[in-house]
Amino acid sequence: MALLQISEPGQSPQPHQRRHAVGIDLGTTNSLVATVRSGMAEVLADEQGRDLLPSVVHYVAEGVSCVGYEAAEHNVADPLNTLASVKRLMGRGVADIKTFGSQLPYEFADDKGGMPKIKTAAGLVSPIQVSTEILRKLAGRAEIAFDSELDGAVITVPAYFDEAQRQATKDAATLAGIKVLRLLNEPTAAAIAYGLDEAQKDGGAKETKGQDRTVAIYDLGGGTFDISILRLSKGVFEVLATGGDSALGGDDFDHAIADWLRQQIGMDDDLNPIEQRILLETAKSAKEELTDSAEVALEVLDWQGILTRELMHSLIDGLIAKTMRACKKSLRDAGVAQDQIDDVILVGGSTRTPRVGEKVAELFGTQPLCSLDPDQVVAMGAALQAEVLVGNKSGDDMLLLDVIPLSLGIETMGGLIEKIIHRNTTIPVAKAQEFTTFKDGQTAMAIHVLQGERELASDCRSLARFELRGIPPMVAGAAKIRVSYQVDADGLLSVTARELTSNVESRIEVKPSYGLGEEEITNMLQDSFSHARDDMQARALREQQVEADRMIEDLLAAIYKDGEALLDAEERQCLKVAIQELRELRESTTEHRLLARQIESVAKASEEFAARRMDASIKTALAGQTLDEIEKG
Amino acid sequence: MAITMTPAAEQHVIKHLEHRAKGLGIRLGVRTTGCSGLSYVLEFVDDAASEDEVFQCGDVKLIIDPKSLLYLDGTELDYVKEGLNEGFEFKNPNVKDECGCGESFHV
Repeated sequence: MALLQISEPGQSPQPHQRRHAVGIDLGTTNSLVATVRSGMAEVLADEQGRDLLPSVVHYVAEGVSCVGYEAAEHNVADPLNTLASVKRLMGRGVADIKTFGSQLPYEFADDKGGMPKIKTAAGLVSPIQVSTEILRKLAGRAEIAFDSELDGAVITVPAYFDEAQRQATKDAATLAGIKVLRLLNEPTAAAIAYGLDEAQKDGGAKETKGQDRTVAIYDLGGGTFDISILRLSKGVFEVLATGGDSALGGDDFDHAIADWLRQQIGMDDDLNPIEQRILLETAKSAKEELTDSAEVALEVLDWQGILTRELMHSLIDGLIAKTMRACKKSLRDAGVAQDQIDDVILVGGSTRTPRVGEKVAELFGTQPLCSLDPDQVVAMGAALQAEVLVGNKSGDDMLLLDVIPLSLGIETMGGLIEKIIHRNTTIPVAKAQEFTTFKDGQTAMAIHVLQGERELASDCRSLARFELRGIPPMVAGAAKIRVSYQVDADGLLSVTARELTSNVESRIEVKPSYGLGEEEITNMLQDSFSHARDDMQARALREQQVEADRMIEDLLAAIYKDGEALLDAEERQCLKVAIQELRELRESTTEHRLLARQIESVAKASEEFAARRMDASIKTALAGQTLDEIEKG
Repeated sequence: MAITMTPAAEQHVIKHLEHRAKGLGIRLGVRTTGCSGLSYVLEFVDDAASEDEVFQCGDVKLIIDPKSLLYLDGTELDYVKEGLNEGFEFKNPNVKDECGCGESFHV
């Protein structure tokens, strides 16, 4: 029978009505998927019990070869076709890549759409396609766990992701066949996981009831550091400031310790890759051991020694201090004093190092929240939000709103920006403003959509350009052009411009300048159609295999029970041969029709046996009863 | 008339009740619905009704309304893992027939 979860009072779902939603943390290094079971957020592990999925995809000439741990193993042997950390490339333009792409080992191709593509054995691959593979893998894991299709997902993105990067993430999910319920900021997800939104509304402690809370989220991952300052008021999370360092993480701790090891051993700087790996692995395990013990004895490359916790602190304190500086800067940006922070949340596996927690507590003057697994907390928060959005939790228990992180505006004469929607406006939102023509007889207007807080258009980020044509010729200033900006619940923008006297209209979805082109999306969708047949066949085969297994098992059980009594030796042999043939075919064939025919012929062969069993059991049931008794019964 | 649960189920119920930080116990019940007649109810209980029957199983109170009890008498609540899926299962001796997916049943 179907497995049940405990519901809130009065909210047991109708049969077949429970909707399955997940939260997905699509990370730079690792990704996770979580769901809510009996009111608790839980991360879904794979068949081997591993929670994380490395965000790595390996390509071969035929296409994707594998995703996750398997793919990560190709990293050393085949680095150019093993794509990792593509989150850094999501929604970026070619120009952006030139500035930091050199950190990544891949070969980039300049595509005509202006979106960077990576050259692999399988051809050009966009960061969106790589993310699609990762999302597909996670969704598959969830579907196996639910034994049902997925009704939707909340996917987390960094708070600093702009429109283009959010759109890219959403495109990736759409291509993976996932319905995106909402994109959620990662720090917001962490705050939800700790129930801070509930605490603020219900007032866990009386004195904080209904009051605004200011929360700092300190997220130190393997290779990235993010600090976000959020304000929570009336169920709305407002991003006050974000900051961090995209090239600083726990891996740098390992490097610092490995470097110390190298000096102790007395080796030169130019290690070969194997030595380097050994040192790094030793450093990593030493760091993890020092979480619980004061010192650790090390033995590596014929060298023996002791690393104390204090010594490790001296090696990594410099790195931690860098994160502290970023925290202070974000506090300044947010206009919040250290002692005004009500809660601090630790996110990211590298915050397991106790020294990090100590320093964070010191800076903010409050003990950070760390009772949840720092690797899982973002996915858990997303799962809680997904559960609400998909409709499993009724009422407006947690109607969570997000805000837009940067103002959205339009370029006006002189290269200035006129802000139409101001930053920190809660979404969804729609706002309009009227503009007019600049020259007599002007029949067209170029509309340049910008994002940012600066005053000059050239300092802001360009999101889209489009033109409104067909304005009737009039004197300058007579035309009334209404420009509407609309941001949906995912933070995605559409812009409409309409000339009010003639009603000519033009609109654009952002469609950031380096998003996927219409054509590219069509091609990708086309691909999924052309594979539809293969997918359907794979499914049909799988169904027949299950049917074959069931039949083999049933028949063997029947032969075991009644074979001696109801069949002669030849008949028994005949059936056994038929079963054996079916079993062999089930293992060897990929043709579902063949298997279906074989199943049918085995069914035919066993018809007589089934009939005899039926007769025998009726005889047993009726033995010794009178006709009257049977009629009454 | 009695309802029981396995140690695995008890352990999970305790975990969920602790996480929820409130609730007397859990309610087991049936209601008429679904593609094959009846379906199970499994919910947290904040307020028990006066007619409810309460069965103490270890540290957990199982709460059942008298009507549902007729259909559930002798049921053992279990917690099982099937591959990646996991959840509670009603082992109900009264069930004669259930729909293909097992979400609803006949007695």
